[in-house]
Amino acid sequence: METWSTNHQKELTARLLVRVKSLAAAIAGKLGRRPVIMEVCGTHTVALARTGLRSLLAGCIDLRSGPGCPVCVTAPEEIDYMLCLARQPGVIIATFGDMVRVPGSSGSLEKARIEGCQIQVCYSPREAVTLARSNPDREVVFLGIGFETTAPAVGLAVKEAAALSLKNFSIYSAHKLVPPALATLAADPDLKLDGLLLPGHVSAILGRRAFTFLAREYNLPAAIAGFDALDILGALLELLLQIQKGEAQVNNAYPRVVSETGNHKAQEILREVFSLAPANWRGLGLIPLSGLKLNTAYEAFDASHRWRLELKPAPPPAGCLCGSVLKGLCLPPQCALFGRRCTPLRPVGPCMVSSEGSCAAYYRYAREAG
Amino acid sequence: MTDCGSITGTVSLAHGDGGELTHRLISDLFLRYFRDEALQPLNDAALLPAQCGLLALTTDSFVVKPLFFPGGNIGTLAVNGTVNDLAVSGARPLYLTVGLILEEGLPLPVLEEVIAALAAAASEAGVAIVAGDTKVVERGHGDQIYINTTGLGLVAGNIDLGCHRVRPGDVIICSGAVGDHGLAVLAARENFGLEGLKSDCAALHTLILPLLENFPGAVKWLRDPTRGGLATTIKELALSAQVDIILSEEAIPVHDSVRGGAEILGLDYLYLANEGKFCAVVDRVAAEDVLAFLRRHPLSCEAALVGEIKEGSGRAFLRTALGATRELYLLSGQQLPRIC
Repeated sequence: METWSTNHQKELTARLLVRVKSLAAAIAGKLGRRPVIMEVCGTHTVALARTGLRSLLAGCIDLRSGPGCPVCVTAPEEIDYMLCLARQPGVIIATFGDMVRVPGSSGSLEKARIEGCQIQVCYSPREAVTLARSNPDREVVFLGIGFETTAPAVGLAVKEAAALSLKNFSIYSAHKLVPPALATLAADPDLKLDGLLLPGHVSAILGRRAFTFLAREYNLPAAIAGFDALDILGALLELLLQIQKGEAQVNNAYPRVVSETGNHKAQEILREVFSLAPANWRGLGLIPLSGLKLNTAYEAFDASHRWRLELKPAPPPAGCLCGSVLKGLCLPPQCALFGRRCTPLRPVGPCMVSSEGSCAAYYRYAREAG
Repeated sequence: MTDCGSITGTVSLAHGDGGELTHRLISDLFLRYFRDEALQPLNDAALLPAQCGLLALTTDSFVVKPLFFPGGNIGTLAVNGTVNDLAVSGARPLYLTVGLILEEGLPLPVLEEVIAALAAAASEAGVAIVAGDTKVVERGHGDQIYINTTGLGLVAGNIDLGCHRVRPGDVIICSGAVGDHGLAVLAARENFGLEGLKSDCAALHTLILPLLENFPGAVKWLRDPTRGGLATTIKELALSAQVDIILSEEAIPVHDSVRGGAEILGLDYLYLANEGKFCAVVDRVAAEDVLAFLRRHPLSCEAALVGEIKEGSGRAFLRTALGATRELYLLSGQQLPRIC
């Protein structure tokens, strides 16, 4: 058994930490405020809290969480649609576990299960195909939540269902694409971001080049980061060096996983099964071409075609600041509900539910912070 | 079902109605494996010799899924879980009862495998199974097998364990690597394809009783960190003893397979369940000797001093490898693997 890291890694991390802190302090002196950096990805939010990096950097960098949790950015009306689907006779909802407890206007899928609806937690979309095959007299609907990382696996499941000519399988596609959301954030005059810590997982699919528009069009420095302390500090250092020089580039600080043009096979599946569609993001609103709908060839597997349910726009729960948290406008502890009316056991908003959610990460690791 | 061949067929509702099939299940299966004298008369209650000292009584129910996982199964878990609850109370485990709730349609060979594992674990732990009960529920109303075990043990008069003895300056010793059971079961249930994972399911009294005998007074508090893992156990101790506790991330033993698997799934290994580990609060003066003693036993060869007790008001902290300090809380809701 080894310790948390080899001595070499530990030494390197300590040295990087010192450099990051001193560079951030120098930039803060120049700007008259701490540099504002958004960690787009929920896994980064968790890693920053778990390793203690967030508290170590608290005085030097203003780290904001972003829209990088797929459950959290699912719009209230999409959750209501899922609840409505769950209550249709003969329907089995297959879903990732995180979605089960997210509250909508009329409860959650967990509540629907207690009422007698059939909700099956899956860990891969293909499990839902198996579920459909073993329940030929029921309609199995898989809830397609996630970014570019998850959507290819859902696409594969759809292809498999098509190859099997399954008549009782469909997906509800609430997938979201990260680059259009980042463009929205970059263009937001209220945010004044100095840099973006880009998600390693999504970048592995899309490749570094997919993010160069951030530097080119918005003059916003960005760096792709992996998920351990060394990775994150390395990416932060690259970002800070850019900020100090007044440059804007998209650095790949996770080259062992992320290539220039990404995972072509996954991209091919996305292109074959889905096409771009407008999507409504919690907190960010409607963003053109930021969602995925099934292509015409696979329309038979689109749950929103099979069940044309009329749903009213759903306002967010009263007092819930998930939208502002996702936009980086506030930190979870600044929400009046945080840790009081809203906890992982009784979540008001989705950011308190998902393991990737900013509020859940703060609640788990730094309840009194902020 | 025959008297000596392998058992075939499935569990039916009639196996639980108290009639002929129930009788055959008991005689052809259970009594083949459960051979303790006190059970053989099949009376309504087992008659046991009275013992001197304090009796320790505990009960636990086991609903694990899948029934079989790397390193154990629901039968071994049902024995070791209850034996460990007795052991960390300072008790020598003596007797177990076994209550089975079976789902109609369960293949009898699966039941036999579980019963055989249960009997073997009890035999290995040196505890007698002295009473039992079986019920069958309709298909769809259970999940194959649920097991309840109740354990009775005896605490020697000189043993005093409890949070009332915990003082600032004491240290926390963990008997081995954490998170093995929780991740092994999750990976087996969801077929995550993670390699190198194995539950630590084991009976700990053969380790704990000699420890208490060799270090009378120096071991002050014991707990097996099952659900909620090490972090929840330590936070509970801090709250009940009204002290602060600081754990050192670098000192906590964890296998690389668990660390890596938990990272991939977005889980915190400090909150993953253990079934063959204990945490002890030990007088600092005796700590090195206790560690040396533990490391000689195969169940605790990776034992480590993981933290210390401070004056305080019930807070628990982790000093991370980077030198930051973060607070530990009770597990709040189930840990869910992440989507992306």
